[in-house]
Parts: sequence; C-alpha cells; structure tokens
Amino acid sequence: MSIDTETARRVAKLARIKVEDDALPALASEFSAILGFIEQLNEVDVEGVEPMTSVTPQRLKRRADVVTDGNQQAAVLKNAPDAREGFFAVPKVVE
Amino acid sequence: MSDLTKLTIAQARDAMRKGETTSAEITSACLTAIEGADALGAFVHHTPEIATAQAAAADTRIKAGDAPDMCGIPLGIKDLFCTKGVPSQAASRILEGFKPEYESTITSQLFDAGAVMLGKLNMDEFAMGSSNETSVYGNAVNPWKRAGDDTALTPGGSSGGSASAVAADLCLAATGTDTGGSIRQPAAFTGITGLKPTYGRVSRWGIVAFASSLDQAGPMTKDVRDAAIMLTAMAGHDPLDSTSADIPVPDFEAALTGDIRGKTIGIPKEYRMEGMPAEIEKLWEDGTAMLKDAGAKIVDISLPHTKYALPAYYVIAPAEASSNLARYDGVRFGHRAKLAHGDGITEMYEKTRAEGFGPEVQRRVMVGTYVLSAGFYDAYYNRARRVRALIKQDFDRVFADGVDAILTPATPSAAFGLGEMTNADPIQMYLNDVFTVTVNLAGLPGIAVPTGQNAQGLPMGLQLIGRPWEEGDLLNVAYSLEQSAGFVAKPAKWW
Repeated sequence: MSIDTETARRVAKLARIKVEDDALPALASEFSAILGFIEQLNEVDVEGVEPMTSVTPQRLKRRADVVTDGNQQAAVLKNAPDAREGFFAVPKVVE
Repeated sequence: MSDLTKLTIAQARDAMRKGETTSAEITSACLTAIEGADALGAFVHHTPEIATAQAAAADTRIKAGDAPDMCGIPLGIKDLFCTKGVPSQAASRILEGFKPEYESTITSQLFDAGAVMLGKLNMDEFAMGSSNETSVYGNAVNPWKRAGDDTALTPGGSSGGSASAVAADLCLAATGTDTGGSIRQPAAFTGITGLKPTYGRVSRWGIVAFASSLDQAGPMTKDVRDAAIMLTAMAGHDPLDSTSADIPVPDFEAALTGDIRGKTIGIPKEYRMEGMPAEIEKLWEDGTAMLKDAGAKIVDISLPHTKYALPAYYVIAPAEASSNLARYDGVRFGHRAKLAHGDGITEMYEKTRAEGFGPEVQRRVMVGTYVLSAGFYDAYYNRARRVRALIKQDFDRVFADGVDAILTPATPSAAFGLGEMTNADPIQMYLNDVFTVTVNLAGLPGIAVPTGQNAQGLPMGLQLIGRPWEEGDLLNVAYSLEQSAGFVAKPAKWW
C-alpha cells in the first residue's frame, strides 16, 4: 500500500510527534516501503488461526486486590521536568 | 596475576575463592581498562565509586566463605536497565537526566549476589537498531577490525556497547536485552557468547520496555560456562512481572557435561537463504559436522513460516513500542521541549517527542501507530499475531518430533562498517535479524556461540535454539560446540 503525505501527517498527529510539512513526503515514502515489506503477510493462509495472546501457555498470576505500595510522593516527582506543590505541572489543558 | 580483565567469570570466581586475587584488584584493572577505551564508545556512564564500594563488600563476603558465584564479578550494565540513582536513559535524548528511584529486578538480583557494576553500556536508542548507530551517545565500536583495513566496524546492536566491552576485556561480562536478536547478533559480531532465555525466564521489571511480548534480558559473556553462571543469577520468578514464570531455576552450570551423545539436532532448510555468503554457509556446515562428531544425530527439518517472521516482527514490535513509548510525554520524567507562547499540552507532547526521539524510534512509533489505527488493526496487527502463532507451531512440531536443539547461523554476515548502511533503506538493516527474530516470536531460548573467523579475520557465530525452559540442555549443546570449535581469537588492541 502506498502512503500519501496526508496519511503520514495523520499518523504523526496520532503518535503525537511533530513532523514539519517538508519532511512529510520522505516519511510517507518510508512508510510505504515498510508497509510493502509487511504486506508479504497477506500470502499466509491464517484461516482458523487464533491471534497469539501469550507466547508461553501460562495463566497470569493473580494477587489480592489490596494496596501494596504508596507514600512516595517525593520519589515519584523526583524526575519530573516541572513539579509544583506535590503535583506534575503541565501547560494549560482547558481553555 | 596478570591480565585480570581477561578472566572469565568462572576463572575469577575460583581465583578469588582461593585467595589468589580479590574483587578490588579485578575491579580496579577493569576501571583502568575502561578509562583507556573511550574510542570504543562502550561505557557511557561510569560508576567507579559504586564499583569500588561493591568490590570491597564482595571481598568481605568471599573471605567469610559461601559467597555466591557472581560475588565480586565486575559487570557492565546495558543502559536499558534502570539502576537506582544512576543515569538510565535507553540511549535516548528523551530520558536525558533521568535517574531512577528504583533498581531493576535483574540488577538487584545480580548486586544481591555480590556482582559489581562498572557503569552503563551503550546501545541503540530504546534497543531499536542492529548497529548501535541510533544511540544518542554516538556509536559503539567493534574492537575487531578486518585484517589490513582500518575501517571502524559496528559491534552490532542493539546491545552493541555490551558486546564491545566484553570482547575488549573492559569487564568480565555484561547484561544485554534481546527483542529480535539484540543479544545474539552483537555477540556473533564480536566473538563472544550471548544468550536470550525463554520468554518469562527472567524478570522484565525495571528494564525500559520496547516490545513487551518479545523483550527478554540475558547474559553476554566470554564463554558458555559464564553464560550458565550468570543466567542462574539473573533468572527467577518476580511478582513485579506478571509474565515471569514461577518455575524453579536449576543450576545451569551443572548442566555442562559436554556430553551430547544421542541428542537430536535439527537443521532447518528455510534458513539456507538465497545469496547467503559462502563463508556463513561453510561455518554452518562445519558446526553441523562438529555436533555430529560429538555424537549428536543430525536431522533436516522444516520451519515453513520462517520467511514471514521478519514482516510479522515489524508489525508486532512497532505496535507494542508505540504503546510502550506513549509514556514519554514530557510530564513525569526526562526531556520536555521548550514551549512557545500559547503552546498547550498537545504542542508540548508533539515537540517533546519530536526532539526527544531519534529518527528510527520515531519511524517505529509511527508505523506502530498506523498498524494499530482504526481500520488497519485487523489487516496488520491481528494478521501478524496469527502468523506469529503459526511460527510458534512450526517449532512446536519439530520439538514434538524429537528435536532437542536447532542449529542455524547467528547472522547473515560478519560485522559491517559503521556508516555502511546509512543510505540503505531501513529494511536492509532489519534483515540482520533474519535468523534470530523467529526465536523471539516463538518465545524460545537461543544462544550465539563464536565458532570461526572469516577470510578477513572477523569472528562469526552460530545460533542454537532450544526447547522452552530447557536452557540447561541448550547450554550443554552450546558447550559441546564451543569445545569442538575451539574459538580463542581475540581482537588486537588498537584503542
């Protein structure tokens, strides 16, 4: 499948990665090459095959639904680019 | 003792226990070797204070007797592992300045066993790459060079720094991680041993996630015995990783008898790729003959869906990456872009991720976003998961037929020059993983063992693939192959 620049723009937006307009055509052609490679998968007969959900046949373990951790506000905020008054700070979200 | 940095884990363990040397001495020798090896670009964060303190503590334990096997062994740690208070940035700009407040389960286990951390090792950004050229730190360089040719070669990737450091004797061993071949391909390119365990054998907790259903950490060592020793220390159930298996961890070193009589080794015909270099083909034939001479039964097998492993991988891995890397948003850790007046939160995300991720990571995140997007999810992602199930069934079938291990080349070529692939399209680079990626998709253990050198003197490796959870058996076959191959060559020091 060939990807056009509009699709490349839409994917970049979905991925929340800023791509300048002049970089979109090159990006679109890279996507096209990779998707062309991936399309070999269409040759495979997958009729009746369940998509794999777990590579090892094991059930996920369960544990009691209780609080096991907490009271680490300083550690949690330690690496934040901007933390104020015990919160992560971000630009205005609501107009 | 001379040349302390050249010791294997087993040799160092035995020498320390006999009192012939100390962890302090070996650690100091490694730190000196690292200081003189900037040209290799292997160590990107140095932790000499931590190393010296850990070595002193290890020496006390060893003197007191009953110290674990890894006690006092100086290691390099791939930058993908979170290490408390030490930069852990997955070779990415987006994690610049990030110092975790916690320790990964694997490094915790290694340190509890007395291992010593010399520093953090270079890698491809977020483990996405096969040449260590996507790192924010710059390239790691292979200590090997072609005979009579000064071209700088790649140590492979993504665990390129780990491979370079072990091959150049900067450390006794290193941790690596392997999502599509990132332990085995660099091991083969640098003449060392690299083991990817069965999916779930080791905990993924505290390792920066790339593709969670494929990622698995493992040892990168100077020989097979060391891989067995180090895996024993790394493995085990972890309540913090729900996919880690709650099954006993055997003493893998005890499995190394070297006796493989009666074992059945499969040779898959689909791995005989068109255009395979003659030297790789010969390496494979020689390895097959070695295992046969050691008493194994050689059988031809078929893994019919092999051809579709790479395209399936390049749907599944980017899909999982796009989800895992969504957390890098400039809010909780790492880099945040400088914003213009009036920029809101969406601009913050978009600018932060554009500045923080390199081109290959951006490409994979976007491909992953595309294959998961509405309207394409079934056509790409679900189809790839179906093909993945078929790839696993191929292996299940040959193991059910009595095959104990599978022998293949580890890589389609010896190490290539840094920059040689710059202008190739991304798929050419992806082909490096053609022999290794099936193993991740099927969740199996795989090991790369150096078994020969090409005409230019570069190391080449073979891969053995084992049954799930039977790393002990796999290591024993690898041990036999190692004994027969007798690979002892070392790179000439130029750095």
